[in-house]
Amino acid sequence: MAVEQIKNTLSRNFITFKTAAWLGWQMDSNWADPFLFIIYTIVKPISATFILVMMYVVVSGGSTAGSLFGFMYVGNAFYMYIFQILFGVTWVIHDDREHFQTIRYIYIAPSSFYAYVLGRSMSKLILTTVSVAITLAFGILFLGVPIGLGTVNIPMFLAVFFIGLASIVVFGLALAGISFLTAEHGMGMNEGLAGIFYLFAGVLYPIGTLPAWGAAFSKIIPLTYWLEGIRRSLIPTSTDPTLAAYSSGFLVYLMIISTIIFLILSIGIFRGAEHLARKQGKVDMLTSY
Amino acid sequence: MTSVKTVHLSRTFKAKKKDGGGIVQALRDVSIEINKGEIFGVLGPNGAGKSTLIKILCTLLLPTEGKAYVAGYDVSRDYRKVQEKINMVSGGETSGYGLLTVRENLWMFSQMYNIPSKAAKENIDRLLKEFDLYEKRNERVRTLSTGMRQKMNMIRGFMTDPEIIFLDEPTLGLDVGASRIIRNFITEWIREHPERTVLLTTHYMAEAEELCDRIAIIDNGRVIALETPENLKKLVTTEFPFTMVATGVGHPERVRELVGNATWKENDEGALKFSMILEDESIIADLVSMIVEEKGKIIHITKREPTLEDVFIKLVGRGLD
Repeated sequence: MAVEQIKNTLSRNFITFKTAAWLGWQMDSNWADPFLFIIYTIVKPISATFILVMMYVVVSGGSTAGSLFGFMYVGNAFYMYIFQILFGVTWVIHDDREHFQTIRYIYIAPSSFYAYVLGRSMSKLILTTVSVAITLAFGILFLGVPIGLGTVNIPMFLAVFFIGLASIVVFGLALAGISFLTAEHGMGMNEGLAGIFYLFAGVLYPIGTLPAWGAAFSKIIPLTYWLEGIRRSLIPTSTDPTLAAYSSGFLVYLMIISTIIFLILSIGIFRGAEHLARKQGKVDMLTSY
Repeated sequence: MTSVKTVHLSRTFKAKKKDGGGIVQALRDVSIEINKGEIFGVLGPNGAGKSTLIKILCTLLLPTEGKAYVAGYDVSRDYRKVQEKINMVSGGETSGYGLLTVRENLWMFSQMYNIPSKAAKENIDRLLKEFDLYEKRNERVRTLSTGMRQKMNMIRGFMTDPEIIFLDEPTLGLDVGASRIIRNFITEWIREHPERTVLLTTHYMAEAEELCDRIAIIDNGRVIALETPENLKKLVTTEFPFTMVATGVGHPERVRELVGNATWKENDEGALKFSMILEDESIIADLVSMIVEEKGKIIHITKREPTLEDVFIKLVGRGLD
């Protein structure tokens, strides 16, 4: 009986997830004609990365050689996931509440709201994966980013990549809960959190360059270990000196532990915020922004 | 068999500072019981607390005090179980994903209720035909008129075959034709599904009178009467509802001084149309004298059959407009 119930719940949640993913894809891909959409998908990540590359070239005196370039390039490429998923997950609440005014009907439906929110952000994940792949390919082909396809540690990459994605989604879930309580300008909240990760998670520079308190803070963010693990699996020579003493297995272990801790915290935050939103009448508020 | 029950239900909101701050009492001590198979109306002016009541019953809002039960479940504690049993439709809004077609929109919501895709599509097509919207099934929602969107929303609410459906002003702002289609559908649906329940809020008296088995009249968050339309009208059958149309009445408030419950509005020809309930018909003589004294002219005075509006005026002391 209990097994049957669990099976039914999982099946229902999967249908909700699938439908929400379909809806998210319609939203993210249908705003332009297909040709324009493809051009945009290719040009956007390259142009965004190019700004950073130009800054690096100016500072380094015209060279893209050296391990720091690879460090920065890979960190910046994978940071796109952090920004886009955090943005995508919280945007679902604002979009459904303020623009489409459907959130009350989604909320009262007997399906998992978590599954819905996660499903809606899947299209962002897919589009970001395309962007990251294009950015990396561009870097390898034209900028000499030292990723050798034969030397990539694929098992480690896959393990680290998926655990890291899970931790980003977990952060997004907490933000989605808080979004119930914020006006539309609350979107600044996810940009702020993404900014904190940009600064402290070792995206562009090793965390040892931060002041001692900053480096200590970096070590409680699972994404620091995620980016380090990604770099180690793609460019074995490009590691963060502060984290060099940690074995790859220990990195994965730290990621799993910190993701679980943040998952528990995020579910608590989501539920707390949801309860507060029902108490304050904010689930379907229109802020007129 | 009780379908919806509220016990001393109250809800307050903190008013925004820019609106003067303080506490707004949206619902006060509301205790009602709605039976299975009923179309239950909640009638009241804007801001009376109708939508607040529906939001609490639909699990979107928590009560400040008291309890509410839907299909036997506590809306505060067992809200996920309540959601299995209900659906809702609100009027006067533009909800829907504009990029999707009508059919896609409805299918998307059906999946949130775990309805098998094929059965959902068949049901959607059937309802689209009933609501005279089938021709628009492949149009994007953003191209629909308000009335068409509201028909689509009605289909969204009813396609999940809810045990209890909450309709919050479902015909608000619609033309006569669309309103009629929606009203006919509600009547037909409950006739075919006598084990279901409809809770309908409206500020259209005629709609409440036509559709509802029982009506709660609500004002300032308080239920001030709860009866069948017939019994509500009996409240004023010992009195005399009159309509008087007059021109040249410089001080209409003097009519109210004479008849405490008189309300008035100007018609298209510039004359004033008074509605009033007289406890004693002999007061008409004084009324006529007063208008003549004011150099006004009475176009006509009509005695009417009592309506819910008369009941409302008697109970609340003012009209809905």
